Amino acid sequence: MLEAYPHNRLARIVLWGFAALVMAFLMLPTLVVVPLSFSASNLLEFPPHAYSLRWYENFFGSATWMAALRTSLILGTLTALIAVPFALLGCISMNRLGGKTAAAIQSVLLTPSITPGILLAIGLFFVLAAQRLVGTLFGVLVGHVVLAVPVACIVLLPALARFDWNQVQAARSLGANWARAIGGIIVPQLQISLLSATLMAFLTSLDESVISIFVASGRNSTMPKLMFVSLRDQIDPTIAAISTLWTAIVVVVVLIVAFRQKS
Amino acid sequence: MTVTVDPALAADARRERRFFLSLSLPALFIVGLAAILPILWIIRQSFLTTGGEYTVGNYAKVLSSGLTWSALVTTLELSLGTLAICILLGTPLALALASARPRVANVLMAFVMLPLWTAILVRTYGWLVLLRRDGLINAALTGSGLTAEPLPLVYNFTGTLIGMVHYMLPLFLLPVYAAMRDIDPNLIRAAASMGATLGQVMRTVIMPLSAGGIFSGSVIVLIYSIGFFITPAVLGGGKVNPLSTRIERTLSTFQDWGSASVLGILLLVLMALIGVMLLAARRLLAQNTVDAPHA
Repeated sequence: MLEAYPHNRLARIVLWGFAALVMAFLMLPTLVVVPLSFSASNLLEFPPHAYSLRWYENFFGSATWMAALRTSLILGTLTALIAVPFALLGCISMNRLGGKTAAAIQSVLLTPSITPGILLAIGLFFVLAAQRLVGTLFGVLVGHVVLAVPVACIVLLPALARFDWNQVQAARSLGANWARAIGGIIVPQLQISLLSATLMAFLTSLDESVISIFVASGRNSTMPKLMFVSLRDQIDPTIAAISTLWTAIVVVVVLIVAFRQKS
Repeated sequence: MTVTVDPALAADARRERRFFLSLSLPALFIVGLAAILPILWIIRQSFLTTGGEYTVGNYAKVLSSGLTWSALVTTLELSLGTLAICILLGTPLALALASARPRVANVLMAFVMLPLWTAILVRTYGWLVLLRRDGLINAALTGSGLTAEPLPLVYNFTGTLIGMVHYMLPLFLLPVYAAMRDIDPNLIRAAASMGATLGQVMRTVIMPLSAGGIFSGSVIVLIYSIGFFITPAVLGGGKVNPLSTRIERTLSTFQDWGSASVLGILLLVLMALIGVMLLAARRLLAQNTVDAPHA
């Protein structure tokens, strides 16, 4: 972009020096927890004097953390399984209707993503309290699905816009009903986008913390809720181990999506 | 010329339209149930006493409390502070990335996106480790003799601001980078061939053409900052209280559902106000861009 200014060495050095500092700022907190998680000491010393796996043992040996891990994985899976089909049908609807109707549906479906989490959380808390559902898995699940629907829509809408609808028309003219057309033509062809949408929905649920903090409790506490509570009380290196594992899993998931999309 | 449509075909088209509408019902239903109903419920709750009778007492109580107004000020300070720092740090970084070769830029973008993929609580924990009194940054500062005493970097406004900028910066960067990538390099070459200095190209070509991206990025930062909860709650250490943490404390500690709802409504009103201002700003921006060639 700036090839036209090859002699402006100083400007280039200043710009890239600044960029490197900002990038270090962005990556620092993610990377700093990795060596700490392997420390043998319960002080947060850096670099650690001796290494061990005791914080990982702590995590896997703790009934509370394991229950939270189980809850989070179940919630993430259910969220993806519900949100992605809902979002797919919604996106087909928007794509076929077009115009003002589609724009209206889209603005409703994207509302949850611009509403502050704290408002969704306390509102949902009131609604669930009236039905005596606070602390149930169902309550958190509803909150996570509503956050995952817009995320899945953002992935699926452009995919459907590129989709060749003549194929569906051909199938319909040959007598296939809509269920057949969606299941037999749209779903197989959108495989990769559907996989991305599923993983994104799963990650949305896994990382969601505000709704969980207000609505989940006891046995149904999620990982973020438990981490939030323990960060407020004391800083335990077990959380460094959890953070490292978590980031590793997310990086793997993101790489899968990235490579799938390329191939 | 008039086109006559076979009534049977028209009925068919209407039926198909209804069918397509029905496809979006499950998604609309869940959004209605878990997002729109809760917001309406907050409005209703704000007019109820603990006993369930209608009152405007909650509003009187919340609006006459000094804590509410200081929360409002803190919310604005945090949001605008975050936005200002994002613009200062993000715009040069976007420019550097946009001027890099595509292959290099893609790799660097993956690193920039790493925090976006790190769970918010993991990042918050990372910042606690770095910023505490005996944390890494203070150890480096006192160790190198730059400061005699450890600096108070966390459990205060500074720590909260650092955490929030860290969360918002990648979100700001994405639209700015996209806008700068789309600038036609020939425009810059043309300006250079006619003797424009790098500073002039910046001011008259690059900045006006990235204004749209910077604006989108700013909207995203403001929308997310206003109701941000986790970072102030953990890195603020109870001393930084924007509306979001006041809502939590009013609800969880004082069990005052009515007042918590009024604070929620305040947050909604604040968002609406900012929305209106942003729309006005966009109109102004669009006018300026149209006027630019004549100036």
